Amino acid sequence: MNCDKEAVELMHKYLDKDMTTEDQAKLAQHLENCEDCQKHFHELKRTISFIKSAEQIEAPPDFTQKVMASLPTEKKRFKYLRWFKVHPVLTAAAIFFILMFGGIVSAWQQDNKLVVSKQDNLVIKGDTVIVPEGVTVDGDLVVKNGNLIIHGTVDGNVTLINGKLLPGDSTIDGEGLMASVGEVNGKFEKVDEIFEWIWYSIKGLFKSVFAY
Amino acid sequence: MDQMIREKIKQVKKGDQSAFEEIVAFFQNKIYQHCYRMLGNAHEAEDIAQEAFIRAYVNIHSYDEKRKFSTWLFRIATNLTIDRLRKRKPDYYLDAQVKGTDGLNMYSQLAADERLPEEQVQDMELQSWISQEIAKLPAKYRSIIMLRYLEEFSLQEISDILDIPLGTVKTRIHRGREALRKKLRHV
Repeated sequence: MNCDKEAVELMHKYLDKDMTTEDQAKLAQHLENCEDCQKHFHELKRTISFIKSAEQIEAPPDFTQKVMASLPTEKKRFKYLRWFKVHPVLTAAAIFFILMFGGIVSAWQQDNKLVVSKQDNLVIKGDTVIVPEGVTVDGDLVVKNGNLIIHGTVDGNVTLINGKLLPGDSTIDGEGLMASVGEVNGKFEKVDEIFEWIWYSIKGLFKSVFAY
Repeated sequence: MDQMIREKIKQVKKGDQSAFEEIVAFFQNKIYQHCYRMLGNAHEAEDIAQEAFIRAYVNIHSYDEKRKFSTWLFRIATNLTIDRLRKRKPDYYLDAQVKGTDGLNMYSQLAADERLPEEQVQDMELQSWISQEIAKLPAKYRSIIMLRYLEEFSLQEISDILDIPLGTVKTRIHRGREALRKKLRHV
């Protein structure tokens, strides 16, 4: 057997555990008779145990922290997408509320005209609605985008949206609307913030839903 | 341990970034050592090892859970080190391969004014001398010797990591062993 070529080739096959029993027998037989190859084989095995004994190199102590600190932050989009996938019912609810609030808000913004509930005996001057003295308004009074002066009596609830209650000629003593010259025989409600408007709309929605 | 890593990877895939921390902690020494031995200096090793973990995190969805995670991770790290070695200007580095030679580097071109290996070994720890001799191997042999004997991957796994045919892995590990044998025979 050629030492340099064949025998060394077989040694490496042996080291890679990649040889047939036939080859193994060939190598064993050769090694018995060839001192040079014995030496070579011994050196190879020793080399491997040397490599394996090489010092272990450790990462710097703050390595993990540095890696974690430089990871890209998760894109918010993925976070939301994942959340939506996990909670389909809440997603549907969220979409419903977005559409509903959107509708209410745009109704609030678009509608700047003076709107007064249909009542007799009301006097309208510009954007001011007046309940004249000696007049009794039957039913609920709603004024939107306008001011209200009450001299007379309202037999029902008063709702004032996006407007002010003006004292008129008469004095209103303190906060008591009921005690002013005009009289409201029901609840008085004033809405002039968007959230109040939303609340008012929802109340209206629920009232109409549960009215049946 | 494999089970723990598999669990953590699932969590990372679901978007739990903190689960990645334990994966990094578990593999940091192996990956850092591999990069250090490939590149030969601590600064670049840290840089590339970090980059390897970041890439693993960003591309975690392309990791196939049927395969071994360490193989996948070492593949990323090895590719990064090889890229880095390629970008170096060859003039500055003695271990860069000399054109037109197969695996010869500038060390082999230097005049042999070194003392005999036996004398050198007396001066330093045997272990670090071995490390140095590994470091002097050309990169393509060095990577395979390290993956086989320090990380104990099988030849098939090394073929996957380096994306080279199994036959090439066998030839190179054979040459790498012979090169080291010549250096270490006198010890």
